[in-house]
Amino acid sequence: MQIYRSHILVCGGTGCTASKSLEIISELESHINANSLQNEVKVVKTGCFGLCEKGPILVIYPEGATYVTVAPSDVKEIVEEHLVKGRIVKRLLPKDAKLAEVVTSLDKVDFFARQMRIALRNCGVINPEVIDEYIACDGYKALGKVLTEMKPADVIAEIKKSGLRGRGGGGFPTGVKWELASKPVADQKYVCCNADEGDPGAFMDRSVLEGDPHSVIEAMAIAGYAIGASQGYIYIRAEYPIAVERLQIAIKQAKEYGLLGKNIFDSDFSFDLELRLGAGAFVCGEETALMTSIEGKRGEPRPRPPFPANEGLWRKPTVLNNVETYANIPSIINNGADWFASIGTEKSKGTKVFAIGGKINNTGLVEIPMGTTLREVVYDIGGGIPNGKKFKAAQTGGPSGGCIPAQLIDTPIDYDTLIQLGSMMGSGGLIVMDEDNCMVDIAKFFLEFTVDESCGKCPPCRIGTKRMYEILERITEGKGEESDIEKLEILAKNIKASALCGLGQTAPNPILSTLKYFRDEYDAHIKDKKCPAGVCKSLLKFVIDADKCKGCSLCQRKCPTNAISGEIKKPYVIDQDKCIKCGACMDACKFKAIEKKA
Amino acid sequence: MGCNCGCVCVDANAEKLSEVIEKYKNTEGALIPVLHEAQEIYGYLPLSVQKAVAEGLDISLAEVYGVVTFYTQFSLNPKGKYKIQVCLGTACYVKGAGDIYDKLKAALNLNDGDCTEDGLFSVEACRCIGACGLAPVIMVNDDVFGRLTVDDIDGIIKQYKDKEIE
Repeated sequence: MQIYRSHILVCGGTGCTASKSLEIISELESHINANSLQNEVKVVKTGCFGLCEKGPILVIYPEGATYVTVAPSDVKEIVEEHLVKGRIVKRLLPKDAKLAEVVTSLDKVDFFARQMRIALRNCGVINPEVIDEYIACDGYKALGKVLTEMKPADVIAEIKKSGLRGRGGGGFPTGVKWELASKPVADQKYVCCNADEGDPGAFMDRSVLEGDPHSVIEAMAIAGYAIGASQGYIYIRAEYPIAVERLQIAIKQAKEYGLLGKNIFDSDFSFDLELRLGAGAFVCGEETALMTSIEGKRGEPRPRPPFPANEGLWRKPTVLNNVETYANIPSIINNGADWFASIGTEKSKGTKVFAIGGKINNTGLVEIPMGTTLREVVYDIGGGIPNGKKFKAAQTGGPSGGCIPAQLIDTPIDYDTLIQLGSMMGSGGLIVMDEDNCMVDIAKFFLEFTVDESCGKCPPCRIGTKRMYEILERITEGKGEESDIEKLEILAKNIKASALCGLGQTAPNPILSTLKYFRDEYDAHIKDKKCPAGVCKSLLKFVIDADKCKGCSLCQRKCPTNAISGEIKKPYVIDQDKCIKCGACMDACKFKAIEKKA
Repeated sequence: MGCNCGCVCVDANAEKLSEVIEKYKNTEGALIPVLHEAQEIYGYLPLSVQKAVAEGLDISLAEVYGVVTFYTQFSLNPKGKYKIQVCLGTACYVKGAGDIYDKLKAALNLNDGDCTEDGLFSVEACRCIGACGLAPVIMVNDDVFGRLTVDDIDGIIKQYKDKEIE
């Protein structure tokens, strides 16, 4: 094996790829060659580092110098200064706002210092397209241990003891799930992986698959051994081309190394994996719908019982776990259940990966021990809210979840506290909202999503969500009535009680939680016909600021309804009766003289 | 293959399609993978293609049509040469993706999923492409444009129109 004096790790995740990290890699290679360093320096394309906000990111070892927001044009300087002359390029280092000094290592940045990486342990560390790098980081050691030293029942007992709960949303204990599927006697059983990450604004599963695909493959083989399955399926979103490609490479390499296929580690155990691409249906994240989709049909949920542990894919006993759940398994086997159970809170063990997005300084992926407070996530790790705005709420659980308002920011995050607050863990999307976001509009946004994605099989979801959406639409247009809130509450209660699957049952959550914490905003829309955050267009007034208006007449010419009048070089005026609030005048004005007023 | 969609369906495509069907014929749950590859060949899934898939896999056309219309990835209509996808994931939405989407539709005079008359552009909303750090984001074919404001849209459209003139 060739020894290099320096390794350059470049993020090849979707976020950084979108900001040209592949171009950076080819630039690096050509400059390294130009300086005849190709035998001394190695460029490694890794998975996501997590700090997507500052992408593209590259790290040069052994110094651990982390360069952020790198452009292809910076590469020449990095190679000539850092690699040739040994001088760190200070201007590209991250600037930690609190320390107000240049830091040279990721561990010292607040964003990373408070994290604990189990599921993401290899992301941003290894090249996901090279199986040897995974093996060098204890990869497939857990599978070897399980197949040579443990009985299936021991594996299940270990996972049960660890307290690991499903990371896809519901939080069902993983060990119990495996135990249930291990019991029935069948000629064929299946292990499935839910990589159909449909929650908008959540991308942790994608990052695991892009950065460390082998950990999921290894864990699925372990699950197969535990329940007695010889075939696995990974159901992945077609919208994740990089993850699909890396999984395909990883499965091929695992087969070549005999880590998938017949008689793995010379045992009697055989296990094979297949990829199945989703086709853009949110409901397919529900377990029975996902299995129906793998079968090649419309992905509609099935009533339970029978539960998948008895009759799942092709009516055979099936275990289905989410990507992040699997990514935890090898570490639990290697380090022991007690180690894992020592992390987190009483009923929520281990860590959870969150995709933090929205109005936050450090957008990205973080893995934190269960029980970390929302305040730590938003302010210490996330770096607070941009532009000095005020934190209003954080949304977790996507379309099935709810909002946590500012007054509850010190809540420790785990499965049970979030449920108590009327939200849920969900798959781990965490969207931060500031004072400029209207909570009624956010509820409407999620309902529009649910209406769009309802599969149509059961009436409570198909019709009920539509009716709720219509009421919200009315409210945001200023046509709400006081009885609307009561109507929403009745609908929500009935949909929760009667929808067929988890998606329908949780669809009212965004409304219920915003009603609970932001009732005043609903009242403002309904009674005062005002949107306090200034988002709902129908409730706004467009007004020309007479001091700023130069009287150029541009807005008058753009206005589709001739609502603007005035004389050249004098301030213009908008006739509110004619204005349709399209905003064309505001876009057109070169002097920013037109304002939206609540 | 008889074509009634008015587009250019050359025989080479039909041949590719039958190869795909042959490849998956004995796979359980073959329909969705076949439709994915068929859409890659034709760009969309007109009725004629659905018929060929139904015959090839020996299932009813109703079942094929049912699956095609269930999943948003499958399209019954042709897409533009430049397919614009606006991310309406939550992270993009709270940062103003809704305005960008409206602006795009207005600038191209299109509804969701439609294609401009010259066949150049189509606009559709999509759910989270995972570049939340760049929110709000749009994708034009494989090119990603991030940290957008409404004012950037005309420039982006122009960039692709200019490409055509060259």
